[in-house]
Order: sequence, then C-alpha cells, then structure tokens
Amino acid sequence: MMTSRMVLGASFIALAAAFVPAAAKVTASSEPATAYTPSVEHGAYMVKTKGCHDCHTPWVMGPKGPAPDMTRALTGHPADLKMPAPPELPPGPWVWVAAGTNTAFAGPWGVSFTANLTPDKETGLGDWTEEMFIKTMRTGLHQGKGRPVLPPMPWSVYGQLTDNDLKDLFAYLQSLEPVHNRVPAPIDPSEARQ
Amino acid sequence: MGNRRHFAVIVLVAALAVAGTTWRRAVAATPGAPPPVAPDSLMDTGLYEPGRPGVVDPRNRPFSPQYPLWTDGAAKARWIYLPPGTTIDTTDVHEWDLPVGTKLWKEFGFGGRRVETRFIWRATRGQWVFATYVWNAEGSAAVKAPDDGLPGAAEIAPGKFHNIPSVDQCRACHVSDRTQVLGFNALQLSTDRDPNAIHGEPLQPGMTTLKTLNEDGLLQPARPELVVNPPRIAARSAEERAVLGYLAGNCGACHNRKSELAPLGLFWKHGEVAAAGAETVRSMLGHGTKWQVPGVPEGESVLVDPANPQDSALLRRMKSRFPSSQMPPLGTVVRDQEALDSVARWIASQRDTSR
Repeated sequence: MMTSRMVLGASFIALAAAFVPAAAKVTASSEPATAYTPSVEHGAYMVKTKGCHDCHTPWVMGPKGPAPDMTRALTGHPADLKMPAPPELPPGPWVWVAAGTNTAFAGPWGVSFTANLTPDKETGLGDWTEEMFIKTMRTGLHQGKGRPVLPPMPWSVYGQLTDNDLKDLFAYLQSLEPVHNRVPAPIDPSEARQ
Repeated sequence: MGNRRHFAVIVLVAALAVAGTTWRRAVAATPGAPPPVAPDSLMDTGLYEPGRPGVVDPRNRPFSPQYPLWTDGAAKARWIYLPPGTTIDTTDVHEWDLPVGTKLWKEFGFGGRRVETRFIWRATRGQWVFATYVWNAEGSAAVKAPDDGLPGAAEIAPGKFHNIPSVDQCRACHVSDRTQVLGFNALQLSTDRDPNAIHGEPLQPGMTTLKTLNEDGLLQPARPELVVNPPRIAARSAEERAVLGYLAGNCGACHNRKSELAPLGLFWKHGEVAAAGAETVRSMLGHGTKWQVPGVPEGESVLVDPANPQDSALLRRMKSRFPSSQMPPLGTVVRDQEALDSVARWIASQRDTSR
C-alpha cells in the first residue's frame, strides 16, 4: 500500500527525471555519440586498398619497375633522402614533378613530403588522436586545425569515408610498429628553388 | 479522500512530466531523430522580417566584436537572436553558454557587394547547425552553399578569390566545450573598446554590448562588474594591447589551452589574453617553434625574435599566403599589411624588455 509520502516522493523523482536535460546523452559535437570499437583488421584492408602505400611508402626501382619498399612501409619520405631543388618546368601542361620514391612532390604549392604514418611519438602519428585524424580528413587541415594538407594528398576523397571507416584506418595505423623518421617540413614556392 | 488526493497528485505530476519531456526534446537531440538542417534560403532563417527581404528583423541584435577577424578586408555585419525569455549563462565569465535557439548571422561584402552570409544556429543543446548563404549578383537572394564549400565566390584582388569554407572547415575553428561562437564574448563586447584595435569597427548606435546585455537582463548571473570594470587587455602599451587583441581575435580560437594545438604552448584565447596579457607576451619571446623559419639555422627558429623581428615565425607565417606556411590557414588569401606592420613594430619594441 503506497502512502501519500511514497506517492509524492515517487512522483517527484519521476518529475525531476523528466526535466533533467538530455544533454548528457548528446556529445558537444553535432552528432550523437555512438559506441564503436574500431577494427584493426578492416583498417589494414582499407590501407591496402585505398592507396596509402602509393605515397606514404617509399618506392624503389626494381627489376620489374617501381614497387613500394615494404621494409619502410608507411614511414613517409625518408629523412636521409635530401632532395635537391626541384627542376624549373617550362610553361605548358607539365605542372608538377615527383621524386622516384613518390614521397616528394613539387608544384605551384611548393614542395611537399609525405608523412610518416607510423605511431612514432616524435615523427609520426604517435601523438595524434582519432579525432584529429578524422578532422584532418574532413577539413584538409593538419591535425584538423593547422596548415592545409598539401597536394597531392587526396584528403577530400578520404574525407568521404564514414567515421567508422576512418576510425578503423587510424586504429590500424596506430597498431603498427613506430618508426622514427623525421619527414622534412614542406617548403614554400618562394624558398623551393634556393 | 486519500486515494483521490493520490490520483490528483499523480495526474498533476504526469502532466508536468509530459511537459518536461517536451522541454527535454526541445533542448536536446532526440536519439534517432534526423539532425536539424538549416533552411535552403537565407530568407527562411529568420534574419529578415517576414516578407521583407533585406529588412533585418528588429529582434536580431547587431553587434561588433572590438577585435575583428581579418577576412581580406571584407565589410562585415553581424546579428544575434536570443529566443524570448532565455538568458546567456555567464557562470564562466569568458566562456558563455548561449541558450538553445540562439542564431547568429555574419554578412561578408567585397567591393560594395554582399557575397555571403554565414549562419550558426544552436538547434538543440548538443547540436549547432552551420550554413553559409551565397548572394546572387543582384543582391536580392541568397541560397545555401554546398556543405563542401564554394571556392572562388568573389574576386577580391587581381587573381585572388574569396572562398567559402566547407562546414567541416567552419567547425575546425568554431568549437569549444561551451559555445561554438567566437566573436560574442565579454572581451569582444566590452564597452572599454580599444581605439587602436587593428581594423576595429566603430560601434554603431543600437549595437549590443556588455552594457546592453546587462541592462536587458540577458546575462545569468548578471554581470554588473563587467560594466563597472569592463574587460580590457592588460598591456604595457597601446600597441601591445592592439596586437594581443588581434591575436585573440584571429588566432585564439585554435591556439588555446583546450585545443588540440595546446602542446604548441600558444594560449591566445580572449579570456586568457584579457586576464594575463603580460604573461602572454613573456611566453612568446624566444618561444621555439617546430616550424623552421627559412634562413634560420635548424632548431633555432623562434616565435618572436626581438633582435631580428623579420625572422620571427609569427611574422613570417602571418605574412605568408602559401598553403604550407600561412596563418591563419583558412579564410584569407590576402596578407593583412596593417597587422603585419603593427606586429613588426611591437616585436621590435620588445628588444629592451627581452634583454
């Protein structure tokens, strides 16, 4: 048998619950939070099939032509490969050039070098967060806030992937063995030929 | 009798609970509900009076931050709408929590022509909607730009074009734990307006300030102390005050303690600069940067070098409009010469203090 106090108490608890803002269930971002456990396996598949090795793994010329050097997989432009000033191209349809490693590129934007994607704290993605990685792909800005990600990185293509795909990709990259390889900073066009 | 009373209490509570649930739905996203979307036309956002495009609804309050963001010399106008009966939570003096239903508009014009109007709407407690509306050449209508942005929206200098950013790019700067609005805060609305603010805009009659917000009872808790002692950047000179204000207005959205960029050690958010201007300056002098200043030996680049102002990373990056080095990285394709001159003078003036 419920007493008046019990009825009142239960009623006011129900009332208070009704008025508690549901904000706690909603993240500060524009999308509701979803629990997701990234799949390293699917991330590995994504890396293999989305062309990450094309530029982030240095290529070498072998007997069958150029091929990625998988001993340096995803380590970006080799720090020990000092690039000379890029050739000056005559006016015409040749607008940009690439190193044989496919890790350094020169064009109207200056000179860009592909990043070390291994989780090395100092030279790779070791101090990146999943959020930073996703924002980078969505915005085209380094760490989602910094300088623009430079050509030829097709960030806007990867920016079309779902959050979960990008989380898988990041999880796989973070599962790699960290490799210390300090990729040079990009060079402005005004400095590139000095 | 007792049962009747119980029944009445239960009915009353049930009715209130229904009201509460409705209120909750209004302030928070309902799981599974489609996300709120900005209208396709600017005319439907509430900026203008119904049926009178171009005539701003008087419920939308014009305002002007004292340290405006540089957008290649764009003429700007801004308005905020606060739903009736709501207040701004100013528990944190510098990080205001705007009520659900708040809307803001910012109009950009070049060469005397309106080019775009940006729109931010706090649709629910956790959902901020961002959109940009592009004006037609006649200035008679503005439609929503693609979420991916719109490059080349207007030529603003020979061969230089104003680009409308993508929604994700907007969110790169417009994000924090309490509000996603950048130019509407205590320092920016202070009545102790900096007369030397770089590109400072004159305060027009009727514009919203800290004083008017207090008078209108829109701050909760009320902040009369901000009217008596308006926020002001503590600086050793007028130029330093203006420079720090410029950094707060142009850089502080990303360079602050709560940002992913915090490890860089640059803390220029409005509240921090206002409260600790001298500390901000000290932290900049000789601050090493990962970004290499061209011509400076590797590992010796610093943010502010009073001995060689032109070798300061701050100045070099402000000056650059190359993608690999320009700062801010978004929203500008033309360097801000007035700011560069001012910052260069200020850096040179640090020679004595840094010895």
